[in-house]
Amino acid sequence: MTTAIELEKVRITFGTFTAVHDTNLDIRDGEFFSFLGPSGCGKTTLLRTISGFTEPSAGVVRIGGKDMAGIGPNKRPTALIFQNLALFPMMTVAENVAYGLRVRGVGKSEREQRAMKLLDQVALTPHAHKKISALSGGQKQRVAIARALAVEPKVLLLDEPLSALDLKLRQHMRRELREIQQRVGITFIYITHDQGEALNMSDRIAVMNAGHIEQVGTGREIYSKPQSAFVASFVGESNELPGKVSRISDGMCTVDTPLGALSGRVGGDFRVGDAATLFVRPEQLRLAAPGGDHAFRARVDDLSFEGSMTHLGLDTGLAQDCAATLMTSNHESLPEIGADLGLSFNPLDAIVLKSGAPAA
Amino acid sequence: MNNLDTTFIATALVVVLFFFLVRYDRQRRPEAIGFFRRNGAVVGGYLILGVGFWLIMTFIMPMVFMVDLSFHHKLPPSKVGGPEDVYTLDNYRMFLFGSRTSTESLNWLHLRSFFATIGISMALTLITFAISYPLAYYMAQSAKAQQLRVLLLLLIIPYWVNDILRAFSFRILMAENGFLNGILQGIGLTGQPIDFLGQNIALYVALCYSHLLIMIFPLYNAIDAQDHNQIEAARDLGAPWWHIHLFIVMPHAKPGIGSGMTLCFMLTAGAVATPLVLGGPNSLWFTPIVYDRFYQLFDWPQGAAYAIVLLLACIAIVFTVLKLAGLKLGEIAK
Repeated sequence: MTTAIELEKVRITFGTFTAVHDTNLDIRDGEFFSFLGPSGCGKTTLLRTISGFTEPSAGVVRIGGKDMAGIGPNKRPTALIFQNLALFPMMTVAENVAYGLRVRGVGKSEREQRAMKLLDQVALTPHAHKKISALSGGQKQRVAIARALAVEPKVLLLDEPLSALDLKLRQHMRRELREIQQRVGITFIYITHDQGEALNMSDRIAVMNAGHIEQVGTGREIYSKPQSAFVASFVGESNELPGKVSRISDGMCTVDTPLGALSGRVGGDFRVGDAATLFVRPEQLRLAAPGGDHAFRARVDDLSFEGSMTHLGLDTGLAQDCAATLMTSNHESLPEIGADLGLSFNPLDAIVLKSGAPAA
Repeated sequence: MNNLDTTFIATALVVVLFFFLVRYDRQRRPEAIGFFRRNGAVVGGYLILGVGFWLIMTFIMPMVFMVDLSFHHKLPPSKVGGPEDVYTLDNYRMFLFGSRTSTESLNWLHLRSFFATIGISMALTLITFAISYPLAYYMAQSAKAQQLRVLLLLLIIPYWVNDILRAFSFRILMAENGFLNGILQGIGLTGQPIDFLGQNIALYVALCYSHLLIMIFPLYNAIDAQDHNQIEAARDLGAPWWHIHLFIVMPHAKPGIGSGMTLCFMLTAGAVATPLVLGGPNSLWFTPIVYDRFYQLFDWPQGAAYAIVLLLACIAIVFTVLKLAGLKLGEIAK
């Protein structure tokens, strides 16, 4: 697979503030790639740099192998979908879609034809001659996609375009975006702070924090093999048990935590005595049989039953809250609030990482 | 019936007609809260009295009086209201034919000036727009808050200078041996001094200059209201800058452009002090001619007729242009 976008030591600074630190990244042709991170992590800045609205302070951005330095957004083979969509209210739906073609000097009848074809693809044909203000949120969303696709970009950049929609429509649009991407086969770069969106739609995800890319990988890799404390705590829920490394062997290590010695996979470069945090996901925690072996004990201080799943809030005496998620059907009876429980987990499901700043 | 009676009666008619129109136009909704209950007696009373006084006493009545006056003969005060005080079209006939009795030849001297004033005002309005638009765009979409404050001050402070002082200083600046000619000759652009005043160039420059702010502010407001993402979206879709301005920014700013141009055109065509001071010997600006009817000939009815002709022409032009641009009157007040 060829490279669609290549970032080489890209750094972006505004005055004294560094929004993006030296970043290297290859985005492949035809993949659905997401940047996931909290607001202010630099993901939108990076997107604006790819689209050409911001010039990098250092480094090279290549699109399709070509250095993009000095090439404006109107000359790049990218199309951007704005967070607020930025549709043109003084034009009809079809005129919006045809705008990029009009700019390129495509004749009136041809661009109308092509706009109608695109509108057909996003199921908006009956609305072609309506004003933008007459459309619903989801329809506007699809107009924005059609308008961007009309210029036949090599890369479509999407800046949190679903954030303004309600939950149901958002889930629907996720599927639709994914379908459109597979149909047109071009690279989609998607910016989001919503891990559900990123995990759900993307081929690969770059998790960003404070101007750094912390990890690049498939959703599964990022979820089950986080490479930093930030990724482990930002993507999905995790119980964090800080302590000191006391033993390392065969890719496993033991951390002395206030709850006792707990083991997990080694997720970093450690020596005995280093500060480290053991991360274990709530769904990996199991209730130990009464009197049986357990990793640590905790008291149930919250219980919420959600049908197939039951969430337990646990009080371990540590500052951090702990949680466990149980498959309801695996348990004959559920613990009660206030019950003192033994909890265990498979050390292969836990990971030990360098303690980092907690996710914002 | 004397002039004042007519004025009062006509004013009353206009006001009554207005209320009928309002009444007829609006269906009373049962849930509507009464005007006084919503605003309170004091504020409600003030609103009605204030707006009523402003509209009736300072706008409708003087206008009605002038319209009425323009259909009268010039008479000494003793004869006003007497048997000789009859309605006449003489003043309008004067404007068109230059004579009270003959309709054989047109009054080209005044007609030419009338049409020149309107034509030049239109051109000056377009020039003022061309100067103001880049500034307004910069202020609304590009300038940082700090730069914007400085720019606004730089724009506003020169307007503290009154019209007459500005006009005379332009006269000095652009005189034959004035500052501007000095510079032009100094850098060798011209050998002979340019007759800015005689060619009316000084007049046109001053008229443009005096109405810059009136153009910039509505433009600024309209452009400022546009989501900057729309401009970036157009750019991202490949639009060159002129395309963005022509098809994204200007259509959005159309009400602001309409309101700025209308105001600028009206004020340019109706300017008095600037043409009086800066008009060259060949100046044919219409307002000084109107002014002369009042203060040289002391023929107020004729002056009123001339002024009304100018006003009606300007209103007609404004409405035609608004219609062509697809703008409603209500939109330019936004």
